[in-house]
This record gives sequence, structure tokens and C-alpha cells, in this order.
Amino acid sequence: MNRPILAALAAGVLGVVVPAVHAAKAQTFHIALREDPDLLDPTLGQSYVGRIVFAGLCDKLFDIDSKLNVVPMLATSFKWESPTALVIHLRPGVTFQDGTKLDAAAVVYTIERDLTMQGSARKGELANVTGAEVVDPLTVKISLSAPNAGLVAQLTDRAGMIVSPTAAKKEGRNFALHPVCAGPFAFAKRIPQDEIVLDRYPGYWNAKSIHFNQVIYRPFPNGSVRLANLQAGAIDLSEQILPTDVAAVKKNPKLEVVISPGLGYNGITFNTNNGPQAKTPIGESALVRKAFELSIDRKALSQVVFNGMYPPTAQALSLLSPYHDTSIAVAGRDVAKAKALLKQAGVKLPVPVTLTITSNSDAQQMGVVIQSMAKEAGFDVKLRTLEFATSLQAGHKGDFQAYLIGWSGRVDPDGNLTPFLRSGSFFNYGHYSNPTMDKLLSEGLATTDFAKRKAIYDQVQELSNKDLPLMYLYTLSNIVGMKKSVQGFVPVPDGMIRLQGVSMSK
Amino acid sequence: MRGRLGIRLLQVIPTLLLVSMLVFGLQQLMPGDPALLLAGEEANPQVIAQIRAQLWLDRPVPVQYLHWLGRILHGNLGYSWRLREPVLQLIGQKLPVTLQLGGMAFLIAIAIGVPMGVLSAVKRDTPLDWLANAIGLGGLSIPTFWLGIMMILLFSVDLGWLPPSGYVPLFGDWQRSLATTIMPAFVLGNAIAAVLMRHTRSAMLQALSQDYVRTARAKGLGEMVVVLRHALRNALIPVVTLGALEFGALLSGAVLTEQVFSIPGFGKLIVDAVFNRDYPVVQGVVMVTASIYIGLNLLADVLYIIINPRLRAA
Repeated sequence: MNRPILAALAAGVLGVVVPAVHAAKAQTFHIALREDPDLLDPTLGQSYVGRIVFAGLCDKLFDIDSKLNVVPMLATSFKWESPTALVIHLRPGVTFQDGTKLDAAAVVYTIERDLTMQGSARKGELANVTGAEVVDPLTVKISLSAPNAGLVAQLTDRAGMIVSPTAAKKEGRNFALHPVCAGPFAFAKRIPQDEIVLDRYPGYWNAKSIHFNQVIYRPFPNGSVRLANLQAGAIDLSEQILPTDVAAVKKNPKLEVVISPGLGYNGITFNTNNGPQAKTPIGESALVRKAFELSIDRKALSQVVFNGMYPPTAQALSLLSPYHDTSIAVAGRDVAKAKALLKQAGVKLPVPVTLTITSNSDAQQMGVVIQSMAKEAGFDVKLRTLEFATSLQAGHKGDFQAYLIGWSGRVDPDGNLTPFLRSGSFFNYGHYSNPTMDKLLSEGLATTDFAKRKAIYDQVQELSNKDLPLMYLYTLSNIVGMKKSVQGFVPVPDGMIRLQGVSMSK
Repeated sequence: MRGRLGIRLLQVIPTLLLVSMLVFGLQQLMPGDPALLLAGEEANPQVIAQIRAQLWLDRPVPVQYLHWLGRILHGNLGYSWRLREPVLQLIGQKLPVTLQLGGMAFLIAIAIGVPMGVLSAVKRDTPLDWLANAIGLGGLSIPTFWLGIMMILLFSVDLGWLPPSGYVPLFGDWQRSLATTIMPAFVLGNAIAAVLMRHTRSAMLQALSQDYVRTARAKGLGEMVVVLRHALRNALIPVVTLGALEFGALLSGAVLTEQVFSIPGFGKLIVDAVFNRDYPVVQGVVMVTASIYIGLNLLADVLYIIINPRLRAA
């Protein structure tokens, strides 16, 4: 008697449940993110994944293409009137998602908001900017106190996202809860840790390039869970597929993977000058650091931990950057030379090094590989695992000898170099200081001439490799997994998911 | 009785105050600077200083505590530093999700654990008993994370029967709600089912050896009636007590399950808040949880006083 009841129950449950699975809305594009974004306000936003949501919500003055060229977006062109005056011409006929007209006054309002709002994360990006003024309804002039050649590149990111003055004035500090920009999709709702829903904005200036009515962003912090959701068809496209999961995506006939070079890198920062922990052989001697570098096989490291999908590097600049210095070869492993350098440095063997790593599995694997490689050359590497927030604090306090930490990368070379190599820069954890380096970095920012800048940044990287305050290990790759039915996706080095031109084939 | 009730009510105040001090104090011991984390990759000393001032982190700890306590007394748990949403609103969104998940998991645990325990006891030392024991042991030993992923791969990826993640409110679309929560509820209920199975088995074995069971059989009652009406009724008393205790454990177990199935529940809220050093959310969640526990304990005490005539007389 029980069996028929159970069977009926099971049939009932499945009958109810199974159709529900397929009740997904048509014309909705689902994107998986590696974590839940922070504030959806371009002035206050800090997170990398937040930028991915902004790619659907907020257009920028300029954008970058897959070759890292700056291309028009809300602005049609720009001109450096003088080294301290940038004139920007705006696209006509653009409106915000609340219907407000996007004009020069709106751009001036946004720049002033970025410069003056409490807690603004854009102040640093708008370095040397003193203000902006309306030249005519479609022309803006940005004034600087000193040249900043990286400014246009900064305007291809959050600093270039123009917000609706009407909405921003009305919402005040709560703008992040109801953001209004000039992107293809308008904010609809957000359930923290669950989903961010954007609806198509019919008045978008480039409406013909948009092929969905809705886009939903969902956070999946765990890589395996992200993969399972992609495999199950619950999402259409996932950023940050783990290198170890790429084979599984490739094996699936319904999925494909797109791997492209990113802007970021991972490396080891040495404490050369920040408190008592700098008083170590590896902190005090560039020779010892060079020996450490020669003891590490970056290619093998990438192969073991990331299936070789993150290209080894010895510089901060992306493979796609026009400033990438092709003359810098990735030093191969040379244990004999490393030993000789240690002998030349006159240090006692084994050389003790405490390597601070974060508590994620990749960092821990890397730590173990580095520990084992360096041992052969005469280093005694001790691993210290800290949770990310704690490691950051330790980094700033100088409570480390060597710190394995990465950078998501910026379009302009200055963004990948100055914060880490200039004296007193905030992310210069080891307080590395070299007046020649500081001078070069200032010069790099002062000229907009490409050839001159390239020559300066080549010198910066040469000096960086000589002093070795930071040992670059590999550049990041953007690994995107998606359904084969997704058409028109173009990978761009910043890793953002641009929805213009993306569609789903039947 | 009123005096006793009054004393119990008064005891709640210092308890909650102690909890608030503990929550606030322990948080101060946590390494990692929230301002540094909130400032992210665009951090600079000016931004950090502004964030500190804005969040009162530049004030002495006792001042911060009193400020927070003052707000709580006015029913304001503050705003999430990371999301700028009211903490109370976040809790209101997340708590029902976890309660639904926990409730379903508990029902599944009972539906699996109790019948298996009974069967195992009735068929003691037979292959059926061994199988039930092995299943129980498996339920206790299999890691939630692994089981969750395996179920997603089977039911979502291979068979395509169930959605692999997400949550739909029960009162929004009950069919989709059931679809999204049945797998996580099973994973969560699985370990509890194993515990219930083991306890039901042992309670049933004890009950089946009692004189009244022998008497019932001697009276010629059918085995089903003896087992279900006589033995199980008595055996269930300790099992129910245990079940109530396990419900608490089940809510804390939801933390991991919510991560695997991307369910935006209470557990996920606090885990993310701890990693992001979102202090108002951590404090708010702990205070609300503690208040619920204290409230339930108080209710139990009150009921006990009402039920027990001796206490009532005193």
C-alpha cells in the first residue's frame, strides 16, 4: 500500500518541480560573477566584479577595445589643448536611464562628484585634476594642476562613467541602491548575495547593439559551483573559470571557453624598507633577491598550479599593452647561478625567508611550489598563511618579509607601476624607494607622446628588475566560459563583459 | 508566579547586554582593517581616513560601542558598510530563506531518519539493519560540500531536473521555490537524518525489549500495531527532544549548504560579512540570533512555570 503512495508523491514532486526548471525567462542573459559586487555607485565602487555590472549599467566617456586602444563611447573625441587641459567632445542625443539628457553639465557634475564626495574612490584616478567646465552643451574642458598622461585611460573605467545628476542629487549617498547611468541596461533590482537585475533601456544611444531584454548577474564565489551552474545551463556566461576547470568546459559539447590575456599580474613583493622585517638578507640585498628569482621556475609554477594558462612574466605590463617591453625575457631557473649570487652576497645559508600568502588554495599551492624550488638554491622558505584582509593589513604595516599578492591591472602603464614602485605610494608595501625610479615615473606621467613614454617605462622596468622590490610571476588571463549559443562576445583585456553585440542563437 | 516571571524577564537584560559586549569586543580582536578592505584597490591615505571618520572607526572603542548600543536601543541596527542597506532589512530578507531551508531539511531528516531507525531496530542484525547503519554512517561522514556538488552534477547537469542554484520565495512561486530548495534541504537534512536514525534505532531497541511490548504481542496484536502504536510512541520521546536540539545545529549547518547552492540566506550573509569586515551586519546578525535564542528559552521557561504546578505555587 505504501509503494503506490510513495510513487505518487515522487511523481507529484517531480511533476511540480521539473517544469519549473525550464520556466526560465526568454531574452534574459545570465552572467556568473566570482563574488557579490560592492556599492553600485561609480564614484564609490571598489570591486572588480562591480565593474562588470557597470559594463551593463554605465557607459563611460571612452572605452578600450581588444587591442587596448582607447575608443569613443559617450565622448566622440578628445584633444589635449595643453599638457594641463583636456577637451572632450560628447556624443549628441544621449540620455540617462531616467530620461535626463547627457550633456557637458552632467559630465562636469560627475567629475566634481568624483573629486569631492566623501569616500570617493575616484580621487586617486583623477590625479592632478582640479576641475571641469562646460565649454558648450557638448564640450567639456578638464583642467589639471600638472600633466597626467594616464587620465584618458582612467576615463575608460569608473572615473569616466557619467551618472544622472537628477538621480544622484535625489538619492545622495543612497545612489548605489538606485543607480542611474547612460548604459544599455537600467537598474531594476538587487538582492544582495543573490542577483542584480538590469532591464533593457529602450532609449540607449546604441540600442541596436543590444539583443536582450534583461541581464541578471549572480555571484558564485566557489569555482566548482560556478562551473556546475554553467554546465547545468543556469547561466549563459561565466567570468573567471578556474584554469583547472577549463578542460571540463572544453569537454562539454554545449559550452566553449575563451582565454585571453588580462591586464593584471601576480608577484612577490619584498620588504626592502618597511620596519624591522626589512632587516633580512632578502630585504637588504638585491643580489639575494636575484638569487631567489633565479631559483624559481615561473613556467613550471604556472604549469603546476594553473595548468600553464597564466603566462609567466618578469614585468608589470600586460602582453597586449603597447608599453609591454619585449626585451625583458623571463629568466629561466638557474640554481647554480642562484647559489653563486648567494655566495657573492656573503649571506649565511640557508637564507631564511618568510613568505606571506593568502588562505586561498591557489596561493597555498604556489607557496608550496616556491618553497620547494627555492630550497635547492639555499633558501629556507617558511609559509605564513593569512586570510586576505589580515594579509593586507600586515602588508601595510610592514609585517612581512615576502608577500605573494596580485594586481587586477590597469590600461595605462602608470596604473601598474606607480602604486607599487614610487616612494610613498599606497601599495608600495615594502617601502621601496629609489629617487631615479620616482623621477622616471613622474616623467612617464608628464608626457603624452607615446614614443617618449615607452622609452621611460622601459627604463622603469629595467630598474625594477635590477632592484627587484617586486618579483613578477605571471600575468593573469581572462578565462570566460559560455554556452556555444552565445554569439558576438569579444574578450577585452580588462575582463569586463561588454554586452554590446552579444546575442543568443536559437 | 508573577515574581518568578518578572525575575526571568529581568535576567534577559543583562544577558543581552553581555552578548552585545562580547560581539563588539570579539570583533575588535579580529585582525584586518575594515577601512582598508572597503577602500579596495583605489585606496589611498585620504580615502582610508575618510572611511574611518565616516564609520566612527577613528573614535575610541568604548565610544563606538556606546554609539552602536544607543542605536540598537532605538531599534536601529545600522547600515551595511559594504552594501549601504539597513541591516534589519537584510536580516528580514535572509532569515525567512534559512528558516524555510531549515524547516524543509528538518522534515526530510524526520522522513528519512525515523522510518530507517524503526526498520533497523525491527530487523536487528539482518542485512537490512546493516544497510541502514551503513547509510546512516554515510550520512554522517559525507561532507556537505561534496554531496552538494555531486547532487548538482547529477540532478542539474546530467538529468536537468532541478535548478543548480538560487532561491525563489515560497509565497512567490511555490513550485519554483520547491525546485530550488529541495536539493539543498536534502543535503542539509541528510546528516541530521543519520543522527535521528541512530537514536531512533537505539530507542526502539530499548522499547521493543520492554514488558509492555511483550504483553501487547501476547495479547495477539499484529506486529505492525505493536511496533508503531506501542514501541514507537514511547521511543519517540527522546528522539523528539534530540530533534529539537538538532534543529539549532541545522541552522548553523545551513552556512555551508547556502554557499554550495548559492542560496541568499542567513548563513551566507554572516560569512560574507565576516570576510568583508562588515561589522554592523555581523553585530546585527549575532544580536538577532542571540535574541531569538534567549526569547525561545524564556518562552520555554514560562511554559514550564505554567505547566509545572509546584513552580507555579512557589
